[in-house]
Amino acid sequence: MKRFLPWIILAVAGTCIAANWLPPKTAKDDFDFSRFGEIPVLVGGRIKPVDTVARNSLLIIHGKQELRLEGGRRLSAMQWLTDVLFNAPVADQYPVFVVQNADVLGLFGWQQSDRKYFSLAEFSPFLKQIDEQAAQSDKLEAVQRSAYQSAILNLRNGLALYQRLKNSIQPEATEDFTAELQRFATSVPGAATAARQRAMGENFDKAKLDDVAQMIQRYERLSEMAYILAIPPNQLNDEWHSVGNSLLRSVGIGEIHPIVAEYAIVGDAYRANDRTLFNQHVQLVTDWFAKEQPNTTKRASFEFLFNRLQPFSQSMTLYVLAFLLACASWLGSGSVFRRSAFYVLLLALAIHTFGLVSRMYLQERPPVTNLYSSAIFIGWGAVIVALVLERIFKDGIGAACAGAIGFVTLIIAHHLAGSGDTLEMLQAVLDTNIWLATHVVAITTGYSAMFLAGMLAIIYVVRGVFTRSLKKQTADSLARMTYGVICFATLFSFVGTVLGGIWADQSWGRFWGWDPKENGAVLIVLWCAITLHARWGGFIRQRGLMIMALFGNIVTSFSWFGVNMLGVGLHSYGFMQKGFPWLVGFMISQLALMAIAAMPLDRWRSFQAARIPSRGEPAQIPSPVAARQAPTH
Amino acid sequence: MLHKIVDIFTSLKLTIVCLAAAMALIFAGTLAQVHLGIDEAQQRYFQSMFVWWPPDGRGFKIPIFPGGHLIGAVLLINLIAAHLKRFRWSWRKLGIHLTHAGLIIMLAGGLFTDLFAVESHMQLANGDTRNYSEDMRQTELAVIDTSGDDLDQVTAIPETVLRHNREIDHWSLPFRIAVRNFYQNSRLKMLSQAGEGAQPIADQGPGAMIAVEPVTHATAPDERDVPSAAIEILPKDGGSLGTWLVSDALGAPQTFAYGGRTWMITMRPARYYKPYSVTLQKFTHEKYAGTEIPKDFSSKVTLIDPERSVNRDVLIYMNHPLRYRGETFYQAGFQKDDSATILQVVHNPSFIAPYVACVIVAAGLLVQFGFHLVGFSRQRGRAIA
Repeated sequence: MKRFLPWIILAVAGTCIAANWLPPKTAKDDFDFSRFGEIPVLVGGRIKPVDTVARNSLLIIHGKQELRLEGGRRLSAMQWLTDVLFNAPVADQYPVFVVQNADVLGLFGWQQSDRKYFSLAEFSPFLKQIDEQAAQSDKLEAVQRSAYQSAILNLRNGLALYQRLKNSIQPEATEDFTAELQRFATSVPGAATAARQRAMGENFDKAKLDDVAQMIQRYERLSEMAYILAIPPNQLNDEWHSVGNSLLRSVGIGEIHPIVAEYAIVGDAYRANDRTLFNQHVQLVTDWFAKEQPNTTKRASFEFLFNRLQPFSQSMTLYVLAFLLACASWLGSGSVFRRSAFYVLLLALAIHTFGLVSRMYLQERPPVTNLYSSAIFIGWGAVIVALVLERIFKDGIGAACAGAIGFVTLIIAHHLAGSGDTLEMLQAVLDTNIWLATHVVAITTGYSAMFLAGMLAIIYVVRGVFTRSLKKQTADSLARMTYGVICFATLFSFVGTVLGGIWADQSWGRFWGWDPKENGAVLIVLWCAITLHARWGGFIRQRGLMIMALFGNIVTSFSWFGVNMLGVGLHSYGFMQKGFPWLVGFMISQLALMAIAAMPLDRWRSFQAARIPSRGEPAQIPSPVAARQAPTH
Repeated sequence: MLHKIVDIFTSLKLTIVCLAAAMALIFAGTLAQVHLGIDEAQQRYFQSMFVWWPPDGRGFKIPIFPGGHLIGAVLLINLIAAHLKRFRWSWRKLGIHLTHAGLIIMLAGGLFTDLFAVESHMQLANGDTRNYSEDMRQTELAVIDTSGDDLDQVTAIPETVLRHNREIDHWSLPFRIAVRNFYQNSRLKMLSQAGEGAQPIADQGPGAMIAVEPVTHATAPDERDVPSAAIEILPKDGGSLGTWLVSDALGAPQTFAYGGRTWMITMRPARYYKPYSVTLQKFTHEKYAGTEIPKDFSSKVTLIDPERSVNRDVLIYMNHPLRYRGETFYQAGFQKDDSATILQVVHNPSFIAPYVACVIVAAGLLVQFGFHLVGFSRQRGRAIA
């Protein structure tokens, strides 16, 4: 039984994931939102499936990728977006906008209560007020804004995005768009004749001209509002257009783009609750794309699949499981749990890797392009190094580190995703795959190693002080692992930092500019150098190494996030403020651990048992701490 | 005694103290950028021997922490001294020697760059031709003799000289220039709008109708100081021609006549003239479809150097600078509405140092940690066997 337990645990975990991955069943006579979600559109400079637009927009506006209505009904992001696109009066009633700031609520005369979600309909009397207030805080730099000012600006941006979404595929509150387009198509030639006649000074039909002029005005407004560019190029050298813009262009071309017409039927069918017609024409759009834009379609369907599989949240669960199994392995019946943890980690890493590689394929970029992807990559790198340690030392420590770091970094990534598209297009400065693939990857690998060293130190201190489980052998291997990982971190941080300098020399003409992010990177290198020299010089031993590795956590987190919060410098594209309390909390926790580690050794439960003489006294029995490690040079 | 000094300068403890001090300095200097701006913080913390307190001129100041130059120099001495003293050739120590040799090159190169690199800007609208670049921070008072047939004779007086409010007597000028009321940063207002009690500081030219208000030193990265001064022209044979207001905020140069020649005076960003010229053909600023995210900036320029008979078109864009005659032109920015491109022009004679150093240090670290890894796995192999 014991031999098979690890395999059984792995099989159960794998089955759970597979069950999550089964495609949702759509009844034949229901709206096929999945098919609709696969259609490619252009938003934010990038071609993506409608499903991604739905998820990101709902995430920005609502803070979640799913909407829960009163009475417990749940709407998927696609269901919500379809209502917004085609049936705005219904969507206006959904409580999607998050407001938690009491001052913002007070602006509307509302008291803070349990409710934090509100609908557009509720805000409609206050739109002008919101706009004015937001315009005031828009003038300030992000760092200078108060909580109220950030909240009102967020609300305004959410409302603006929502209004633009509503006017992306058709003018909001249109009853019968197909009929409208037919009227437009038939009256344009007549109006053109009338316009020519007027230009020649002949008699012309004013009514015809006015009718079309009115419609053109309507489509101009539509094209200004549109958030989604849904109409693909029809020939070479053409670009993507919004529905409004495409209609304006059709006046010159003489025909309406087939996709515009199809979307009109889809929308009308949705409002009429005609599921068969909706599904039929969604299928027609899909078929058109598959034929005319095969590459775009392939990529968009893959992204749709990627959205559905949610690889990072799946592996997050597995990392937690692996961490618990690894901890359990220290309590008793070690090897079974340890092996289980190792197998589960391999599965988690495989899924994590799939997610990482998928993102690289979708973006056609090296793995790290923004803060979100740096979190994904740091976790990935640390898990791999930790698994190597586990393979060598076979004591559950590498596995515990892998589980903990994998989970925490993915949680961080999850919270960094709130600002919308995590596959966003890159600023011109960053548009260089060579440097992204070398400098950024080296730096983030350095971060991974620093956090792994810190995690090893946490295990050393927690197990040493609070449990009796830190035997001499374990303590020695922990020290060796920490030392090795810090060497690894030194190499990558140094090379990464210097490559960053060379990139800066290539694009800004100076190797070093004391930019905050550069300074953060060099702080890590300096800290590694101090740690290694202190050990080589014999100034620190095992415990000192651990305390310094803990401080390494603080230095690395400052370099990763802290400098971005300063809001200055060339790297502030990754600016984020919400994480500040978390960052401070993390730093304080590490300081506390350092203080605990600095306690006299007779307070360490693991070492009490061994009755270790305090420092200075000659050691009677070999102890993990007094055992001086031979300098390595 | 000498032994003790040698011991201190070659000790590992000094290395660690220097590295720790560098960390503290960099941390403080990074936080200081929020209030001081990058340039000011850089000068006070990193490009100085000491960090002073209080930073503003309050009559006294005391050094409270070693500055970047001091720490860097001590570290450099420590590195070199320690290796001179302990150097023993062995393959096992190859990694360590390489790493530290690379670091010495890097530190020395950094110090060299700090002392000798010159950064300036060249701003060009479409069709503009320039044979000089302008300093981003320093200004100069240019006194131009325009009476030559082909060439103007320019005498440029740097801001650092003007700052002392002294009389300037230069052999190329037939008059002395007395600097009065130098303002590091200022705002100009028409007298009529400046409120009661405002007095002009000049009596000649437009300056007679302008009031100058002192402003605090600019710290934001996109702002620069607007220095102004009143200068009196004093002919060498006695008397005075009057007092002029010169300021970076005044556009066109002012003219006056003396000794049968026409002179122009103007306060302008300090210029670095080149033996070649650059003409902007076209500046392009692309954005991603349907967004405001910049996709690409590029400047197509023509480079003309009669000395070396060069006349060619060059495309300067992100991460692809133009390197020519020891200077490098980078796409640094653009004016509002894409009306002009801003090229950064850098002259850095030691730009190669970090490249060399990087390769040496990386190789050294690889060798060193590689030794550890091999040793470690052998040990483990034995332990398991």
